[in-house]
Amino acid sequence: MVQSVVPEIIKESVVNLIQKGERADGRALDQYREISLETGVIKKAEGSARVKIGKTQIVVGAKPQIGEPFPDTPNVGVLITNSELLPMAAPNFEAGPPNETSVELARVTDRCIREGEVIDLEKLVIIPGKKVWMIFLDLHIVDYDGNLMDAAALGSLAALMNTKIPSTTIEGDEVVIDYEKMVPIPIKEQPLMCTLAKIGGELVADPSLEEDDVLDARISIGLRVDGSVCAMQKGGSVPLTREEVLKAIKIAQEKTKELRKSIPKA
Amino acid sequence: MIIILTSKLIKNSNKGSLVTSGTKKRPDGRAFDEMRHLKIEAGVLERADGSSYVEIGDNKVLAAVYGPRELYVRRLLKPNMAILRCRYNMAPFSVEDRKRPGPDRRSIEISKITAEALNPAVFLEKFPRSTIDVFIEVLQAEGGTRCAGITAASVALADAGIPMRDMVAACAAGKSEGQVVMDLSEWEDKEGEADLPIAMMPRTGDITLLQMDGHLTSDEFEKALDLAIKGCQIISEEQKNAIKNRYGD
Repeated sequence: MVQSVVPEIIKESVVNLIQKGERADGRALDQYREISLETGVIKKAEGSARVKIGKTQIVVGAKPQIGEPFPDTPNVGVLITNSELLPMAAPNFEAGPPNETSVELARVTDRCIREGEVIDLEKLVIIPGKKVWMIFLDLHIVDYDGNLMDAAALGSLAALMNTKIPSTTIEGDEVVIDYEKMVPIPIKEQPLMCTLAKIGGELVADPSLEEDDVLDARISIGLRVDGSVCAMQKGGSVPLTREEVLKAIKIAQEKTKELRKSIPKA
Repeated sequence: MIIILTSKLIKNSNKGSLVTSGTKKRPDGRAFDEMRHLKIEAGVLERADGSSYVEIGDNKVLAAVYGPRELYVRRLLKPNMAILRCRYNMAPFSVEDRKRPGPDRRSIEISKITAEALNPAVFLEKFPRSTIDVFIEVLQAEGGTRCAGITAASVALADAGIPMRDMVAACAAGKSEGQVVMDLSEWEDKEGEADLPIAMMPRTGDITLLQMDGHLTSDEFEKALDLAIKGCQIISEEQKNAIKNRYGD
């Protein structure tokens, strides 16, 4: 992810431990850190969530706005995902326009939500070709302690499941928005992401900050409720074998079942 | 083209109170010298050297401090003291209509005056050739975010163990519906006649930030200033409690 320079001796100890089937924080190789998820934490946002995986913390807000659809997709609503790696989240994060890590995080999260069909975008159309709901999903990363991808996908899903939009009716050629009557946005699917890091030839789930810094390769897998794959992203400059990729999917299918338990019932 | 049936503004203005004799209740039911609900926590983030979380009314603000640390922009270094830099930022979802991410003129100004409000409290001369970075994130805004930000930043500085003359506290006073009041809400800020945010070191009484907009007679100004000072003193106690809760007496 956002790798910072790690002393060789720390790298060696992390790798040695993992090759023995252990981790520095005492977890099993496929074990997640503690996860906490709250929704509706920001009243000013129509949907929101605060997610923590270990000490990694993201505040996600969803804000709907009425706008015009993209010309090539006139009959679907718009979803825009944006992330800010705040300089408060880590000493090596800097203020300024989104860097490549931030853009990658936003795009992979977007892919998981879009291809995982979280929102039924066709139901966000108000007047076909003219007026649609645009959902702005903003990821505010306030504390970085490894594995942003899984936290981002989990927080985004929870925030969207928590999002309400005002109901609209069309009278003549006017759109009437009723803020008194808020309705949940149409949720179709609940995909989640599971990230595995390849360290010392082994695959470990939910990489910690230290592991994120020393990993050889990383694979993030987006999975729908039925275990089918909806998004993937490989990171890191070391290659993965065919067998490793297939094994990663198997592990992810098990792990997303666990992650799913932290989602509040809609 | 688009009609908004029940706009949020109308909803809010319905909260307006009826005038009673003498001092009247404010739209949210507070007395003229009453502060909104206040909650301060220290040490809420893992990575930052110091951090804090502040709620004043519906304002939700996070502050983080890094430093004293090395500064790569060498031309900014001061040979005899540290520099204190501040970045005030609002989350896109913190306000009614989504705010575009990134700095704008307002947040740049607030960043500048926040740094200037904190500067006099910090023993910068103890850390020559280094920087202390303060990051303020407004997660939810409801009037008075700059004061909440300064209040949070001081607690984060203390949490980072940075030596200070006092923890700077900030509070606004102003005039709304003809009455001089403490700690303006968003509605009072927007619809009111005047806004006077200040920051101070309560121990010495030194005022380190002062802004004002609107219209006040000199008597009203004096009254508002005294209310804002009183607000700072209340906040100051809560700041100290937050540090005590984290580190013991």
